[in-house]
Formats: sequence, structure tokens, C-alpha cells
Amino acid sequence: MGDLVKIQDLYVWFRVYGGYMKVLNGVNFSVGKGEKVSIVGETGCGKTTTMKTILRILSSQAHIPKGEVLFEEKDILKMKEGEIKRLRGRGVAMIFQDPMASLNPVFTIGDQLAAVISHSGVQDLDKEKIRQLSINALKEVKLPDPERILGSYPFQMSGGMRQRICIAMALATERALIIADEPTTNLDVTIQDQILALLRELVTKRGNSLILITHSLGIARENADRIYVMYAGNMVEVSNNEELFCNPLHPYTEMLLGCVPKLSGGGIAEGIAGRIPDYLNPPPGCRFEPRCPYATDRCREEKPDFVDVGNGHKVACFKYN
Amino acid sequence: MSENRIILEVKGLKKYFPIHKGDKTLFVKAIDGIDFEVREGETVGLVGESGSGKSTTAYCVIGMYSVTSGTILFKGKDISCASSQRPLELKRDMQIVFQDPGTSLNPQHTIYKIIELPLKVHGLAKGREMRERIVQLLESVELPESYLYKYPRMIGGGERQMVAIARALATNPSFMILDEPTSSLDVSVQAKIINMLIKLQKEFNLSYLFITHDLSLMRNVATRVVIMYLGKIAEMAPTEIFFQSPQHPYTQMLLSSIPVVTKEEEELKPKKIKSQGEIPSPVNVPPGCSFNTRCPLAKPECFEKDPVMVQVGPDHFVRCNLFA
Amino acid sequence: MTTREASDYSVVNRYVENAKKAWYKFSRNKMSVVGLVVIVLIILSAVFARIVAPYPKHAGAFVNYAEANLPPGWHHLLGTDVFGRDILSRIIFAFRGALIMGVGVLVMVVPIGTVIGLIAGYMKGSLIETILMRITDIFLALPPLILALAVCAVMRPTLFNSMMAVCISWWPWYARLVYGMASSLRNEVYVRAAELIGESRFHIIFREILPNCLAPIFTKMMLDMGWVILTGASLSFVGLGEQPPTPALGTMVSDGAKYLPDYWWISIFPAIAIMIIVLAFNLLGDGVKDMLSTEE
Repeated sequence: MGDLVKIQDLYVWFRVYGGYMKVLNGVNFSVGKGEKVSIVGETGCGKTTTMKTILRILSSQAHIPKGEVLFEEKDILKMKEGEIKRLRGRGVAMIFQDPMASLNPVFTIGDQLAAVISHSGVQDLDKEKIRQLSINALKEVKLPDPERILGSYPFQMSGGMRQRICIAMALATERALIIADEPTTNLDVTIQDQILALLRELVTKRGNSLILITHSLGIARENADRIYVMYAGNMVEVSNNEELFCNPLHPYTEMLLGCVPKLSGGGIAEGIAGRIPDYLNPPPGCRFEPRCPYATDRCREEKPDFVDVGNGHKVACFKYN
Repeated sequence: MSENRIILEVKGLKKYFPIHKGDKTLFVKAIDGIDFEVREGETVGLVGESGSGKSTTAYCVIGMYSVTSGTILFKGKDISCASSQRPLELKRDMQIVFQDPGTSLNPQHTIYKIIELPLKVHGLAKGREMRERIVQLLESVELPESYLYKYPRMIGGGERQMVAIARALATNPSFMILDEPTSSLDVSVQAKIINMLIKLQKEFNLSYLFITHDLSLMRNVATRVVIMYLGKIAEMAPTEIFFQSPQHPYTQMLLSSIPVVTKEEEELKPKKIKSQGEIPSPVNVPPGCSFNTRCPLAKPECFEKDPVMVQVGPDHFVRCNLFA
Repeated sequence: MTTREASDYSVVNRYVENAKKAWYKFSRNKMSVVGLVVIVLIILSAVFARIVAPYPKHAGAFVNYAEANLPPGWHHLLGTDVFGRDILSRIIFAFRGALIMGVGVLVMVVPIGTVIGLIAGYMKGSLIETILMRITDIFLALPPLILALAVCAVMRPTLFNSMMAVCISWWPWYARLVYGMASSLRNEVYVRAAELIGESRFHIIFREILPNCLAPIFTKMMLDMGWVILTGASLSFVGLGEQPPTPALGTMVSDGAKYLPDYWWISIFPAIAIMIIVLAFNLLGDGVKDMLSTEE
């Protein structure tokens, strides 16, 4: 198989006032070893919920009626607490949108890096060795003067430097999978460019798998081998990078691409009418049906499955079935 | 284009914020001497990264901040004073749409009450007319009448921004400042709002000052683009010319950093310049050209001489020592 | 016209829906419901004291030495005091004074504190703010019981005067609370937006800022009810407040204290009544806080 992570037919619901929010609606997703995959979707489409399920950090209201999440062929949803801890400490690293939220403001960068390294399960670590590993990690993310940074606090850094530190923490020890959840949303474009270039370079060099969650098709195009497009709790399309932009198949992908303002000009498409469905009472068939210009009766009743149209390009739409 | 009447003219505008460190008083030079103008019916895109002073410029123009020095002329009248000293008529004629509609609409008020406010303050509608006018304003931003008694939290982010736009339109302004009106929204929603703004501009003959960090958006919206860096203008040109031949190294760095979705766009990105470094703090602006810490083309003189604005083409201005 | 009716109908519907949601949030904590039930029972028994109390006459100047100091039993569930009056009946009538105290103080204190806090908070950095908040601080520094003693010493010790005394020391807390909220709310973008539209200061304070302060004010009011009643009881314990023969919880405790430990029921049951009121209002206050919180 060669898949590092494989999510099969995953449903995640949240208990709220008035019933269940049926957020994930049969998600199918996989990441190969050493592969860079991006999940693109708009606010509230469930991309972060998917990632939280992989790390099993969902809130207590969450309920998983169906599905499995395999990490190296083992079901994460059936793992015991100890195994999960090992997975979070050694298998998977996460980079969040807001670096300030993932760094503790009252500890120095050095303390926080040391904590990550000493929980990674590497044997025979003395103080000096941890320090050396920390300095190497900071050097790797191209931060100048790593010794000084070890003794500084997060608030003394700029946003870009903080995100570099988060990357350093994620890559300080050997991990199979890096999950980056909108890592550059709060940063300026020039800094975003630098951070993504760095992340791309390091992940490629080490042969890690990467899941890059983003709302920007452009970021996905420039950083991933394969791109999943997500809408309202479903993966609607997956394809190799170039193919998706030359030949978008799902109506949602097509319309979304039209909405992206182009540097070459030519105006912006009208936008997509309506909004994301109410997860308490989602449409029974295809969840994009209420906004889709091609919707038929079948779309109203039946949920489309992924169809392979060749070359690993899959789309969940009855137009192609 | 250039024979159009000038609506807003900013001359030598400076805004310094004092900060107290021990017994010393330092100044954050948020805006350090900028000149630009907005003509009737135009959309000027004021583009910059955080810390460039673009929002401060907007807030000085609208009167949220008093200016340190320089003048702001609106339709020929000097308005360089804080909003509390401005005549009501001026507040009617000039409106602002803020970045985040989640915070710019009072969460305790219904949509009706939110749009009613400017109509009431400026005495533009009374009694039965009021409701009709509010419904009409909602219609002009394509929201149904049923939204009248909803609260902001009950509607989507894009719809909230529509309400904020309707509120700004209520007083029939001729000039509107758009402070990153779509940066907190998804692209599909952004597309709707941008198209709406373009439509409204034609319908009501509005002039826009569009504050943003998104250059690709400006390519599709603005008639002229102004690039700001550390409180100063780096480059200013009509949109077509700007994207065909960007001159300032910073502009080129910005363009090369933008993630794009098509091959044609890829070809428009300058290849030679890679993004490096970070914007310095506006408290210690480097001497000479403020971009010298990041500029790959910096010459020794750039560390001493602050460049002046030079004209390199029709309506195209660049502030860089390479062109002096 | 039809659209008008349709929207009116949906307004009613929305109120029902909001009320349901509010109750869901409130009732998630069962103790809040217990607090609510207890308080409703107390209010009902106070209002209908004449019907509920087994011996309504005992609430006044009534003497029956033949039944003095009876322990709790079938005829007198909570026993009788030294004059032979039924303690349960007197507690039920004393609830009236306690509730009048609580409601009366808050009705006077909350508007004063809120208005001062709003003005000072919105005008932060001005002379008006300094003056208002320093006055608030001065009143905050006065110990409430001693102040009340002084007030009642100067004027006649009546329920109204002891209420006034509590008010004087209570309003600064609301001024402080609202001041803190208003001084941060004034920086909200929607307040700025209203200023730029040209709304007057008066309207900005009362139309834009005040509605956003109401939830915490309301929560504090619920929690404070218990404390005000407790303070009122302390005042009547030292003889200030409702004068005999009208029953007051504090007076009953202090009168009965002389006969401890032999006739323990005379002072213990009124003390328990005070405790129950304070506790119930605290539980209710927690529930109200949950109900008004915006998190889903």
C-alpha cells in the first residue's frame, strides 16, 4: 500500500443543542510515505476536524459513528491512551496557524524545544546533547544566532520567527508525518513565501510526509504533490497538482478557481451563491447540491462516491458517473 | 482619466505615535511623509504588508487619528483634523468599511437598528420611510427583507460585510474607504463582495480608497496601485502599467511571493528577486532607504541616501536610488 | 401586509426558540435549577405569607406565654420563641423584608453604578473619568457595616434607612464593573464606526456600549441578591433595620442567641433560612451566568 495515513469513510459528529452537527460526512483520504498532500477548503469545511481526528484531539462533544483512521496500518480510533501519546510524541508533529498559541509565553524557546526533544523517546539524552540538538534545529530553520534565541521568550520574536520556531520544534526529532494547519495565514506574503519555501525544503530533504491544510489554492499548487478539495465535510476532488488546475472536474473546484483573483487580471467570477449547509440538517444527497448549477434529482437524494477518472484523479460528482 | 476631478488629496502626511521607554520618548513613524490623490470614480489600491502604515493612512483620512503634520484635502477642503471636529456633512460624504464585520457591527443590535443609525443621525429618513429605505439598502446589497430583525451573529461573515456596506451606503457618500473588506473572508465570498462593490461604484459614482495586502486582488479591482513600505510610498502607477513593468525591488519581491493558480500568472512573477528578511520595526527605521535591509540590489549609497520619488513613465512614480 | 405578518410570526417563533435555548443552557447545571426552585418557593411564600404561614397573627405583636419556647413539633414545625410565637410563620414573614431589602437595594444601586461606570469608562483619560472614579474609590474604601451603623445612628433605624446605608456602600462595585467593561468596549470597532457616522456621545454610551454590558450586570445582580440580604440580616442582627415586632431574620437570630444552647431552635432556624436564601441566589446566579454566556 505504502500509505502512511489512510482515512476511510470517516464520519465525525458533534453533540450540540438541538442534535448533532454532522460535520465529516464520509471522508476518504490518504497520504503516502514522503508525499506532500494539501487539503484545500473554505472556512467550516471540516479540514481542521479531519486533522484533529488524526491526532485524536477532538473535543468531548465529538462522536464518531463510523470510519477508520489508519496510521501505518493501525487504527488510531482504537488505540489506547499510551499508544496515542507515543504517536503524538514521535509519529506526528503539528504546526498551527497561530504560533503564539502553540508557544507557551512564560517559557524560553530553549525550554520548549528541550521539552519536545526529551519527550521524543531518543535514548541517552543529557543536558548538553539536548542543547546541541536544539541549536541544530534552530539552525536548520535558518534563524540567525540560535544561542541567543534559546534564551529568549516568544513575545520577543516576530510572527515569522515564531513560525520558524514552531517548524523547528516539529522537525527537531524524527517524525513520519508533519501536519501544518494554515501555517502562514497570519503572515505577510513575503514572509509566507519564505516560510513555505523553508517547510518544503526541509520536508523534502528529510523525506517526511506532509499534510498542508490551507484555504488558498495558490499555496496548495506551489507546495503539494497531490491536492484534496474539501467541501462541507466531504472530499469532493483529488488529483495531482497540475492536473487539478488545468482540468478541474468538480463544479465546486471549478467555481472556486474562478473566484481566485488572478495576477493576470480578467476580473473575478461572480462567486458561489448560497453558503455552506447547516450541519444540523445537511442536505441528504450531495452536500454541494443546493449551490450547484448542474444539480439533478439524483444529486438531491444520493451521496456521490469518489470516481476515478484516470491517473489518480478522483471526483465525487454524478456528472462523471 | 487624469482630467477627472480630484476627490482626495494627501500631501506630506505624517503620523507619529509616541511611545515612552524609561524617560525617553521614541516615535513610531507609522506614516512618514506620503503624497497621493484619489480622483472621482477611481479605485486606488493602497497595498502594503503589516507595519507599512496603510491602515494608519486610512484612519487619518477618515479622522480616527489626528495627523502629526501634512494636509488632507477632501474636495478642496482641508480636513486634517480628528473626526470629533469634523462637520456632520463631511461624515455623511465619506464612509469606511472595516476589515472584520464580526467586530464592526454591534452584536446586540438587529440589522434594522444597525442600518437605521446613519439614517437617523443624518436625518435622512423618518417614520414609515425609515423601514422602506432600510429595505431598499438591503436590496442594493442583495440581502432579503427577512434579514431586518436578525442579529449579526445569525448570518454568515460575507452577509455581515454586506450589511456593513449597506450601512456605509446609507448616507449616499461620494467617497468610501475600504479597509481590507474581504481579508477575513473566503475567496468565494470575497468574489461576491468585490463584484458587489464594483457594481455599487458604477451605480452611485463612488470613489474608493482600497486598503489591502492582496496584490492579485488589486489587479482586478484597482485603477491605480500605491505600494507602501515602512510609512512611505515605494511605487505608484496605473494598474495596467504597474503589473506589466513593476520597477521597485520591493514591488518585485511582493509580486514574486504571491502564490498563483495559473501558468500565465507564473510568467508575470519576477524571477530574479527572492523574498528575504522581514520588515523592520517602524521605531528604528534603518538610515538611508528603509528597504536596504532586504533589498538584493542595494548599493552603498542606499545606506546613506533616502531616495526621492521620481517619475519613470506616465503617472508612474518610483522611490528608489536605482532610478535617481 | 402578508410579509409583515410573516415576519411578526417569525419574531414570536424566535423568542420561543431563544427561550428554549436559554433554558437548555441554564438547566445543564442541575444545581442552578435547584436554586431557581428554592427562590421561586421563597418568593411565593413571602407574597402569600398570610395564606402560607400557619399562624399569620404571630408575625406581629402577639404574646402567648403558655406556648413559649416549645421545641419543634407537630403544632409548631420549627418551635416557638420566648413569646410563644411560631418561628416558621415569623420566618415566612421575615422573607418579605429580606426580599424587599435585596430588590430595593439593587434597584437603586444598579442604575447609579452603571451610569457612572459607563460615563467614566467611555471618557477614559479625561478629567470626568478621574473625578468619577476617585469618588467611587472613596466610597469603596468605606466599610459597609460601619457606614450603615453611622447612618442608622443619625437617622431612625428603619428598613428603608438600612437599605439606604447598604446602597451607599454598594453602588461603587457596579461602577467599577461597568467602568472596566465600558473602557474596553469603547475601543471596539463598532463603537468607532458609530463615532465616524456621527452618533452623539449620549447615544454611543447608551445605545452602543450599554447593551453589551447587560449580561455581566445581570449576572452580578443575581449573585448580589444573596449578599445584600445577608448584609441586611447582619444589620438587623445588631438592631438596625426592621424594628420589632415585625420579624426580621437577623433580629430573630440575635434575639434567640440569648437562649442558646437550651432553646437552640429560636436562633438556628432563622440562621438556616438566611443560609438557604444566600445559597439559592448564588446557585441561580451561576445558572444565569451559564445562560448568558455566548459559548455554544
